Amino acid sequence: MSQVTLDSTRSLLRFLTCGSVDDGKSTLIGRLLYDAQLIFEDQLRGIAIESQRKLGDEAALDLSLLVDGLQAEREQGITIDVAYRFFSTAKRRFIVADTPGHEQYTRNMATGASTADLAVLLVDARKGLLVQTHRHSCIASLLGIRHVVLAINKMDLVDFDERIFRTIETQYREFARQLNFTSITAIPLSALNGDNVFRHSNNMPWYQGSTFMSFLEEVDIDATREPEPFRMPVQWVNRPHQDFRGFSGTIDGGMVTVGDLVRIQPMGTTAHIQRIAHFDGDKNSAARGEAVTLVLDRDVDVSRGAVICSADQPASIAERVEAHVLWMHESPVQPGRQYLCKLGTATVPAVITKINGKIDVNSMQRISAEQLDMNEIGICVVQFESPIPHDVYPANRHTGGFIFIDRISNETVAAGMIISDVSVARNITWQQHDISKATRSALKNQKPGVLWLTGLSGAGKSTIANLVERALAAEGKHTYILDGDNIRHGLSSDLGFAAADRIENIRRVSEVARLLTDAGLIVIVSLISPYQSERDRARRTIVAGEFIEVFIDTPLEECERRDPKGLYRRARAGEIRGMTGIDSPYEAPSHPEIHIETVNRAPEESAIMIVEWLRTHGHLHA
Amino acid sequence: MDHLSNLEAESIYIIREVAASFERPVMMYSIGKDSSVLLHLALKAFYPSIPPFPILHIDTSWKFREMIAFRDQRMAETGMKLLVHRNEDAIARGINVFTHGSGVHTDELKTVALRQALDLHKFDCAIGGARRDEERSRAKERIMSFRNQHHRWDPKRQRPELWQLYNTRIAPGESVRAFPISNWTELDIWQYIRREKIPVVPLYFAKMRPTVVRDGQILMVDDERLPLNDGETPQMRMIRFRTLGCYPLTAAVESEATTIEEVVYETLSAKTSERAGRMIDYDKPGSMEQKKIEGYF
Repeated sequence: MSQVTLDSTRSLLRFLTCGSVDDGKSTLIGRLLYDAQLIFEDQLRGIAIESQRKLGDEAALDLSLLVDGLQAEREQGITIDVAYRFFSTAKRRFIVADTPGHEQYTRNMATGASTADLAVLLVDARKGLLVQTHRHSCIASLLGIRHVVLAINKMDLVDFDERIFRTIETQYREFARQLNFTSITAIPLSALNGDNVFRHSNNMPWYQGSTFMSFLEEVDIDATREPEPFRMPVQWVNRPHQDFRGFSGTIDGGMVTVGDLVRIQPMGTTAHIQRIAHFDGDKNSAARGEAVTLVLDRDVDVSRGAVICSADQPASIAERVEAHVLWMHESPVQPGRQYLCKLGTATVPAVITKINGKIDVNSMQRISAEQLDMNEIGICVVQFESPIPHDVYPANRHTGGFIFIDRISNETVAAGMIISDVSVARNITWQQHDISKATRSALKNQKPGVLWLTGLSGAGKSTIANLVERALAAEGKHTYILDGDNIRHGLSSDLGFAAADRIENIRRVSEVARLLTDAGLIVIVSLISPYQSERDRARRTIVAGEFIEVFIDTPLEECERRDPKGLYRRARAGEIRGMTGIDSPYEAPSHPEIHIETVNRAPEESAIMIVEWLRTHGHLHA
Repeated sequence: MDHLSNLEAESIYIIREVAASFERPVMMYSIGKDSSVLLHLALKAFYPSIPPFPILHIDTSWKFREMIAFRDQRMAETGMKLLVHRNEDAIARGINVFTHGSGVHTDELKTVALRQALDLHKFDCAIGGARRDEERSRAKERIMSFRNQHHRWDPKRQRPELWQLYNTRIAPGESVRAFPISNWTELDIWQYIRREKIPVVPLYFAKMRPTVVRDGQILMVDDERLPLNDGETPQMRMIRFRTLGCYPLTAAVESEATTIEEVVYETLSAKTSERAGRMIDYDKPGSMEQKKIEGYF
């Protein structure tokens, strides 16, 4: 009979095993499964046969074979994956995330670490600390793991020498001072023979500490945890009938009691908890980790993605944050490209606008970076399309961690951890003035709007913009042209032409255009703006109905023939890079408000088409 | 929080994510103990609402009679909508394990039938009760496991899963298999069934039943659908099942465990893994992985 009983009140510990390739990780896990008597006879028969084949010794039992379904993967060249193992003792149930040791699998290690409470870091006593030891420690620390077991293995191969153990332990504690671990426990082992795994070793009488297993059974992960404010991201609105409206979700921080005042972010509205509904009967309170359904005392607007928070310590709201971003896709990160960001239960479009540097995971030092390749961790500015409730990652892993999803392929391309808020908008209130936009435009006898002229370089945007403005001025209308080239001389003189800079340029132009419409003006923007997503973003910045996308449609051959600035010639000669239409794409608008084909059409005629559009859409009178 | 409550909360979170993220989810139901736990978790997840998805049973026409009776009773008790799908074409062709072998049987009556049902109802997510501790290829599978338009699983292109952030985005025609009890073990299942008093098919408890022994495996003679070989006479044995599938493919174990407590104790001291009673896994090496690639659950 096993030591496990019917009693089901054991706690659960999720831990991660990591370390360099030959440090004996698989042997240790095999030993745990074997000594916990969780190896079934049919599995044991299988590995006995394999062991004999591998080792040529009839009595040998290679425990690593129990967990290395991965060996086969490696041979076939399949991505080496995280594997999850399960075992129990009388005191605890364990979930082990077994992550591969190779350097290139940072992403797998991060995946395993993201749900783990503790990391077991294996070190080969003969080799001491290796690059991998440092790397894995840094990743574990970044992912928020606070407890580390330094399992110094293969002690049998160094004659169970205490000095070797102490030296490695001291070196590691010195190295880990720069990391955010709250506890480090060093244990000398021989996984192969079981020394100090389940039983104290007679070979190491100098070691008086816990055995590996008794430590894992006893360690209190929550002891050092700071009390966190209440958080519950809303997953699903529970509405079985007219008389019940509840918000279902899992509590990701703190606790909640009936009667508590809560704040719902990002709306900022408050309510009291009326009921905590539960299948087994209503609860009076619930704490972190519980899946509950909350009923509020008044009817407030709450949907999936909102976070119900403690009223006095609500989650932050910001559109821009600085975050550690682990890039997980083969093609390097493209600043400026739009992704879908999933944070808690919210999903919003987001852009990496800037890479401030990257982390050298061997030393935790921040180094400069222009781009991020697969498995690199950058420090990036992330801009969300709308404010999103969150916490910083070290305060709460659930409300501070996010993933990026590619909008086309739907692949998960990155994982992020929020470091801080960048935008300060939430701390600034909008001043209301007495004279409104309506008053200002009425005085001008017009309706404001933004004519957004997009098209290739040389398509005729500036020429047409100029003619439109002249025609409108002739009718006494108040206008202003924001020209791409001119903006670059002043407002955006600090920006280059990298994707991220282009995005920022468009953001600035959009914001200025919005201010000018608020002043009551008809704004004419003349900007190549090659990406649909960027134009859509500009559209969202401008008040609904005031954004008028004008596609100045001139074929590339024609633009190249005109080449008024000589840019195409230089691009073809390889003198300039990133020229739209040559080595950088142009995405034609799919549904522009105005579509002007310029071939066989004089610019004056094009300008008239635009002015007439404004007239028929009521922009030319108040 | 004890470990069962912890696992329960994780599973409920996953089930709710499915309901909130997909247009047409469905919950697979095989009538076994894992399905019983899954159904119970769904009832808990949405209380006081009824779970917002139907239940799908792929009926191979080779299930034990007690399983079908149990299924219908549970549906009536819970108020869940039940869809039953059979590969009628294969059944009409007389596909069965005795003449065609377990490979063809499983492929036609389970894998193909499942694909037919998913296509017919245009389900974009199927919730299943697979566990990572069951089999090696399952240990590598994601909680939200992506399938292409042909329901195929590509073990080399799985999406990374960090924290509880499941990527549920798919293109039209693609689908996801969601596994809320991935992190449970057989023992957790039994302990939870006991704690929550979840009804399970009586076949899990030992009783004198008519049996024959073939290739060292004990088969129960459920009815005349099991053709007896020459010289075979059913014998009464005290048996129960650790796992329930199609009855010609599911071997029984001799057991005295008639109560849930005895079943748990027996599970604790078990000397063979649960799937040893499933002949489907032993067709050929890596057979489960191959079946999964082709769209088996």
